[in-house]
Amino acid sequence: MSDAVIQFRDLRREYDMGGELVRALAGVTLTIRRNEYVAVMGPSGSGKSTLMNLIGCLDTPTEGEYWLNGQEVSRMTDDALARVRNKEIGFVFQTFNLLPRATALQNVELPLVYAGLSARLRRRSAEEALTRVGLADRMDHRPNELSGGQRQRVAIARALVNRPSILLADEPTGNLDSATSEEIMRVFGHLHAQGQTIVMVTHEADIAEHAERVVLLRDGQVESDTTRTAHAAA
Amino acid sequence: MRLLEAIRIALQMIWAQKLKSFFSLVGVTIGVTFLIAVVSIVQGMNVYMEDQFANRLVGLNTFQLRRFPGINMGDISEDTWREWLRRPRITYADADYVEDRVRTPVVLSRYCQERMTISYGGRQAKDIEVQGADAAFFQIKNYEIAAGRPFSPQEARVGAPVVVIGDLLAEKLYEGLDPVGKTALIGGLPYRIIGVVAKQGTIFGLSLDKFVVVPFNAPARRKICMYNTMDELYVQASSSPVMLTAMDEVESMMRSRRQLKPTEESNFYLQTAEGALEGWQRISRILFMALPGLVAISLVVGGIVIMNIMLMAVAERTREIGIRKALGAKRRDILAQFIVESATISTVGAIFGIGLGIGLAFTVKALTPFPAAVAPWSLAVAVALGISVGMSAGIYPASRASKLDPIVALRSE
Repeated sequence: MSDAVIQFRDLRREYDMGGELVRALAGVTLTIRRNEYVAVMGPSGSGKSTLMNLIGCLDTPTEGEYWLNGQEVSRMTDDALARVRNKEIGFVFQTFNLLPRATALQNVELPLVYAGLSARLRRRSAEEALTRVGLADRMDHRPNELSGGQRQRVAIARALVNRPSILLADEPTGNLDSATSEEIMRVFGHLHAQGQTIVMVTHEADIAEHAERVVLLRDGQVESDTTRTAHAAA
Repeated sequence: MRLLEAIRIALQMIWAQKLKSFFSLVGVTIGVTFLIAVVSIVQGMNVYMEDQFANRLVGLNTFQLRRFPGINMGDISEDTWREWLRRPRITYADADYVEDRVRTPVVLSRYCQERMTISYGGRQAKDIEVQGADAAFFQIKNYEIAAGRPFSPQEARVGAPVVVIGDLLAEKLYEGLDPVGKTALIGGLPYRIIGVVAKQGTIFGLSLDKFVVVPFNAPARRKICMYNTMDELYVQASSSPVMLTAMDEVESMMRSRRQLKPTEESNFYLQTAEGALEGWQRISRILFMALPGLVAISLVVGGIVIMNIMLMAVAERTREIGIRKALGAKRRDILAQFIVESATISTVGAIFGIGLGIGLAFTVKALTPFPAAVAPWSLAVAVALGISVGMSAGIYPASRASKLDPIVALRSE
């Protein structure tokens, strides 16, 4: 189990919604290993978003343990979580979430700013990351000068620039047409082939097809967990 | 580097939202404009009062023995006036007494003045200050002789009917002619012009060149001095400490001459340039005391405006804050970003204020005779105030931003 990146032990998350207790996650135990490509699926209200927030260290569980790369993050302070997000997690969002006034390069540099890197190192790493996603010629463009697919690729470059343990994608193709979705999935496929661990939350079955393992949630619990080795081989 | 980044973001925001920025800057700008302009103008007036006013009117390292203060600013009560008018005048005997006994090396000149009409040929010049003085007067007043010569101690002693005239008179009466050697009528008596004093310029817009100087003992004395008395006795020393010694000496000399008891106040007055400035200094002190209040009010208002603008900025940029947090920004990163942004806005306001303040000061300089001296310390204070107002105004909005839950922030529109 030494190559486990994410370990959930009986993870629970409850919200107090105006006196009513909502169980978003009702005891999830899950392990994700290095270089796995996992899709988390489930209908709305199944706990997908809660799970994704917990994996991304944006939220902490009510009960249970979450080990990320050997550190227990379930009881960390806000600032410690911020550090973990910076070093271990690369987010890709449905709505891209790029800073509108910043260029592609500046957007990609942002995680490195918070990592405390020098301007020169930042620039070099950001250029590398943008080149990796095929945007070497778009570095000085602002988000509104880029297409949806290009924006999402900038977001992917930003997610990867800190060399995180996990690429965490939340409906990465939700705002894209199918051709562009395929393009983004190809990028994910390449990254996975290069050894990147990917966790992707989606409700689209054809997108989930790209993953080698599908975790299906229902009512805050894991309903099924299937690994498709055949697909990985193909 | 992150500091520069935050400043750059703030400047971008200011530029992108010009109207909003104008309102957010205006409070701080007004406060700083006040500060710079008032300090510059008051300091300029200080310089002016000291250099021009006091030293010209009294003379450098010079004091005057007088019946009562001749240069007054502010209100003088009826009682004071009555007391002053009861005082004995300064007499020839007083002057001789001082001249004979003073041990400190000083230069003296008796002095009287009266406004009179001077005529030459068919021309007349009214309201000319006719000054009767001794030969040392030219040195005491530091009068440069542009043409001819001043009168000599001998001429002064015998009261020769000679006169040295001011620049304005030379222009008025002798336009295009050389006045030296001509004869002017002063109070109906003929005086030979022997010299012209170089142009003195103006003070508070009044010409300093409308005068003539005649020997104290000259015939005109009867018209400008009351019998046996004088307006004042000028005493000039070589330096300020020597002057102070001479003042002590003259004071005790005059007190013993007038047989004043130790409890009695002196019934004469020693007027110095500093003394003449007292009234002005009182005004400038009041201005400097009122200044912090005025500046503080506009800065507080400016600070509140900036705080509101920043609260709006935090609300508008909730998602940005969420993104930054997701990418690893700690609370203090967000806190610092918004405080720096707020301080930048405020500092830009302060810089505009400095510009406007200097502009205002130079406008005053151009329109009035006062020089406006911009005090470097006031610029430093202005920038420091700008930064600190912005920082304090930014603390609350920044702390709200830093406490945002990243999940909620990311979901906001």
